[in-house]
Amino acid sequence: MSESTVCQAGVEQDAMVQNPDPLVLAFCCNWCAYTAADLAGTSRLQYPPFVRIVRFMCTGMIHPNLIIDALTKGADGVIVCGCHPGDCHYIEGNVRMKSRAEAIELMLEDFGLEPERFRLEWVGASEGVKFAHVMRDMTRQIQDLPPSPYRTD
Amino acid sequence: MGTDNAAKGNPIGAALVVGGGVGGMQAALDLAENGIMVYLVESRPSIGGVMPQLDKTFPTGDCSMCTLAPRLVEVGRHPNIELISYAEVKSFAGEPGKFKAIVRKKARYVDEKKCVGCGDCWGKCPQKKHGPPSEFDAGLVRRSAIYRPYPQAIPNIATLDRESCLYFQTGKCRICEKLCKAKAIDFDMKDEEITLDVGAAILAPGYEIFDARERQELGYGRFPNVVTALEFERFLSPSGPTGGEVVRPSDGEHPKKLAYIQCVGSRDEERNYCSSVCCMYATKGALVAKEHDPDLHATIFYIDIRAFGKSFGIYYERARRLGVRYVRCRPSSIKQVPGTKNLKIRYFAENGDILSEEFDMVVLSVGLRPPKDAGRLMEVFGVDSNEYGFCAVSVFSPVESSREGVFVCGTFSEPRDISETVTQASGAASKALGILSEARNTRLPAPREIPPELDVKGAAPRVGVFVCHCGTNIAGVVNVPEVVEYAQGLSDVVHAENFAYACSNDAMEAIKSSIQEHGLNRVVVASCTPRTHENLFRKTLPERGLNPFLFEMANIRDQCSWVHKEEPLLATRKAKDLVRMAVAKARLLEPLERQSIEVTGNALVIGGGVSGMAASLAIAAQGFDVHLVEKEPLLGGNFRRVSSLLGADDPRSKLKDMVEKVHRNDRISVYTGSFVSSLDGFVGNFKSTITGPNGQRELSHGAVVVATGAVEHSPKQYLYGESGLVATQLELEAILEDEQRVRGLKSVVMIQCVGSRTKDRPYCSRMCCAVAVKNALRIKEISPVTEVFVLYQDMRTYGFKEAYYKKAREKGVIFLRYEQEEEPSVVVGNGALSVSMRDLVLDMPVSIPADLLVLSAAIDPRPESKAVMEMLKLPIAPDGFFLEAHLKMRPVDFAVDGVFVCGLAHLPKLAQSCIAQAEAVGARVGAILSRKRIALDANISQVVDENCDGCAFCVDTCPFKAIHVLEYKFKGGIKKTVETNEAVCKGCGNCQATCPKKGIYVKGFTMDQLNAVIEAALVRETADVQTRATL
Ligand code: FES
Repeated sequence: MSESTVCQAGVEQDAMVQNPDPLVLAFCCNWCAYTAADLAGTSRLQYPPFVRIVRFMCTGMIHPNLIIDALTKGADGVIVCGCHPGDCHYIEGNVRMKSRAEAIELMLEDFGLEPERFRLEWVGASEGVKFAHVMRDMTRQIQDLPPSPYRTD
Repeated sequence: MGTDNAAKGNPIGAALVVGGGVGGMQAALDLAENGIMVYLVESRPSIGGVMPQLDKTFPTGDCSMCTLAPRLVEVGRHPNIELISYAEVKSFAGEPGKFKAIVRKKARYVDEKKCVGCGDCWGKCPQKKHGPPSEFDAGLVRRSAIYRPYPQAIPNIATLDRESCLYFQTGKCRICEKLCKAKAIDFDMKDEEITLDVGAAILAPGYEIFDARERQELGYGRFPNVVTALEFERFLSPSGPTGGEVVRPSDGEHPKKLAYIQCVGSRDEERNYCSSVCCMYATKGALVAKEHDPDLHATIFYIDIRAFGKSFGIYYERARRLGVRYVRCRPSSIKQVPGTKNLKIRYFAENGDILSEEFDMVVLSVGLRPPKDAGRLMEVFGVDSNEYGFCAVSVFSPVESSREGVFVCGTFSEPRDISETVTQASGAASKALGILSEARNTRLPAPREIPPELDVKGAAPRVGVFVCHCGTNIAGVVNVPEVVEYAQGLSDVVHAENFAYACSNDAMEAIKSSIQEHGLNRVVVASCTPRTHENLFRKTLPERGLNPFLFEMANIRDQCSWVHKEEPLLATRKAKDLVRMAVAKARLLEPLERQSIEVTGNALVIGGGVSGMAASLAIAAQGFDVHLVEKEPLLGGNFRRVSSLLGADDPRSKLKDMVEKVHRNDRISVYTGSFVSSLDGFVGNFKSTITGPNGQRELSHGAVVVATGAVEHSPKQYLYGESGLVATQLELEAILEDEQRVRGLKSVVMIQCVGSRTKDRPYCSRMCCAVAVKNALRIKEISPVTEVFVLYQDMRTYGFKEAYYKKAREKGVIFLRYEQEEEPSVVVGNGALSVSMRDLVLDMPVSIPADLLVLSAAIDPRPESKAVMEMLKLPIAPDGFFLEAHLKMRPVDFAVDGVFVCGLAHLPKLAQSCIAQAEAVGARVGAILSRKRIALDANISQVVDENCDGCAFCVDTCPFKAIHVLEYKFKGGIKKTVETNEAVCKGCGNCQATCPKKGIYVKGFTMDQLNAVIEAALVRETADVQTRATL
């Protein structure tokens, strides 16, 4: 088996998943996560084609409303990826994001959304492998949930 | 040698660069960015060198053309670079600072000013199928007589090759002349001589590959299915004659069993050097070929695998894991099997057995040799060549030729890879700047006129979308025409088209004309990553009056086609989504302006080893002040322990000279016994605190150089630390100075790769093989009767170090190989050591008595570097060394502007490479410090006074303390608001994410723009998921 087929196995092949065609938004900071996403590409690491990356300069730039809006307008999941603690290009944007994440988790309940629909991960600039892995994992997690109640399609 | 007293007064602020490959281009750009006028002379019709011919580059697998294309465009359009292609330097005279060069431009029979590169001529040239072998396609196909070497060629014009032109040969044809609408063909054109006044010259003519016909027994030229590695690259490349299909020349079949044969034209009697790059390019070729066809079996026949560069070890291991087979031997002959035209390779196995094996196709890893023209060139420039015919340089002056004011870089002085060539090019530029710095900005052309900026405020968006095929990188997975069609239907999109390579000059021109033709006021390019290409496109927009920030990219390669290779349908859907998202943002983009601030014109160098000192000297030579901080009481670093060197005498006195030069230089302030206790800021304006014996000092500086070095690993095995008879190579250096003791030794055993190439340290420490050979030779010199054994996995004496390896064998040093999985073992008894291992030739265990065991211990990143890393937020590679901005193209830069790396902090390497890197840093730093002002990022925060009520939530949130509360009188009351400091704001957007009232935003990332992107992402196109193969 070639390396790409091994990775391909990460794409959910099981038709039994609740949501076979989900939409996951990945909010990535430019310096670590987005770089790692590019690195996953140069290394040809495969992950499921249901993720759409939105580039931010820093996770500290992500207003909680953007996440809540995305989830209440039909995204099946949102994952925020930033630099590891201590590595944020702007010192502590990721720390701020972390505290916002706690508030977001509380709000999800009010909107009747499962906590699994939102996730925060640290992915360093050289962690292409981790990026691909996290994307596979998140996709799987979302596929195991029913489609978002806010979906209109 | 040396440029210390060069150029007394009034040098000419221009330089000559000979050779337009990746090295020459880098040198030209570095000089041009430093305000020097550059004449770049290239003998071929276009620049680019060999890189455009390669498919991918090791060890990242980046597409070679994609990496190079932005550079090509940059060189082509740089106002301070004059490209003189299809030309040769005829004479060169004068003295440093004032040279005169005479250049002969060959007649290309095409008027450079008129030709637009449309291709009408070469498309119809009757010689199309009968012309000479195409240089670009390594002779696999023929080209027309009038031609453009390759689609992205710079200059993008035609050249008529007289030798194969029907008109010139028979007097009849001139079809091209009739077809050319630009009236650019001129059959009467004559060679032309031009005289150039320059202050310095850099030689970067590159290399030539070994002519495999000279190794007759390998059958190249006789057997069609034996090809050179360069030909194989063309088979792999989507721009090649087969469109990226690997086929056997004899029958067009896909090979199933492929063999690479290493060291063809290297490491032999006539060429007693290693070409340094072939092991890696073969590994890459085998990997890529397997990517094309997973069932392909690839075997590499090799002597030693020399995977010594950054991330090479991991790459090599990966190839082995993915099934590339490595067989250690030197094939003795190749025979063609009649009928099938398969090839039978006969070789000696390590244990002496004669084996033979059949393959469908054989690739010869041809070595590098000096270009044909090298001898003439060296004569014209009056520089010395070395015994191998390459340009002579020395350990301590790796980019200086024997003639003052003439510098060299890249493979002209020794075979080397792309990243080292680029490093050396910057190093050569740096040395040239040492002569030319005072003449900066004296010879530059008048600034190019750019049209006034169009006012797009209030105008309805008119978006143009340009989708890149990136050869097959994107188009091989994503249905590009479908994406284009889709884009045409998006709101406000008035034009969409596709390009083979969006970053090529052609495409840039097409984008520019589209702006005009379709009245575009927003541009979207769907291609690779904005991290590498955004700037290139942005620079294009102003040429047609558009603000550069009216541009957005959709990353449909790195984040789509490359990661969804098996899912063409879903990848196409995703590409459409990404384009839709980019268009949504583009519609809301506003023109932005970049503010500028003053640059503090000096540098901080952290680390006073050889690299730090060389960097300091290179920067100071350009007239800038340097603060050099060293934590030890003395300068010199690890090098203080080195007692001998390969290819240079007396390192001690060389080091002493260097230290003295540093101390004597009044531009360099040295802080020994000190460390950097705080450091922050940004390009042009850093602030640091140096803590030392005399307390603390605050410094401000415009750039930072990280030269923090590395340490020799302290082995945990082989009785190190337990027995006094076991030492490391660095400790041996001291022992070797006690000749009496050396003479008393009966047997010395060295073990290589102690701690290197392991699970924890997958990298090769690179210098140990050369050091072991050096020390072994030294022992033999002092005491010929002492037996010396070197136990190794692969001897990595790359480049010219190979000759010393050979010499060591001749002098009786015994080299014994061990397998990675079967490390030797050591026992001590009766005051003597005994080293046991399995002899792979005899295939039996042997034990060697030793009265000294020397361990070639791994080189580790220095733990103290961590503090620097944290203060500047610098990235670290998985191996623990600092990670540069780009392995190939930006080898000494960090992604963080204004910060640079050199020496062992970057990767273990020998002194010569450290110095070249340190000098490279000099040119990079110079380009910043020589500016009075530097432009700030445009993407910074902006307060919306109407919305801000002065709640000040953002004030504490701002990590840079860039926001202040402000009160002013307004309508009889007091209005509270905030204000931002533009020079301090970095645009992180923490303020925007904290503000409850949309009172502050980051330009280019406003809430409206981000919302639009997200909403666009949420539009779901009809899911074609049912058609998905894997569901
Ligand atoms: S820059 Fe990556 S999280 Fe701040």
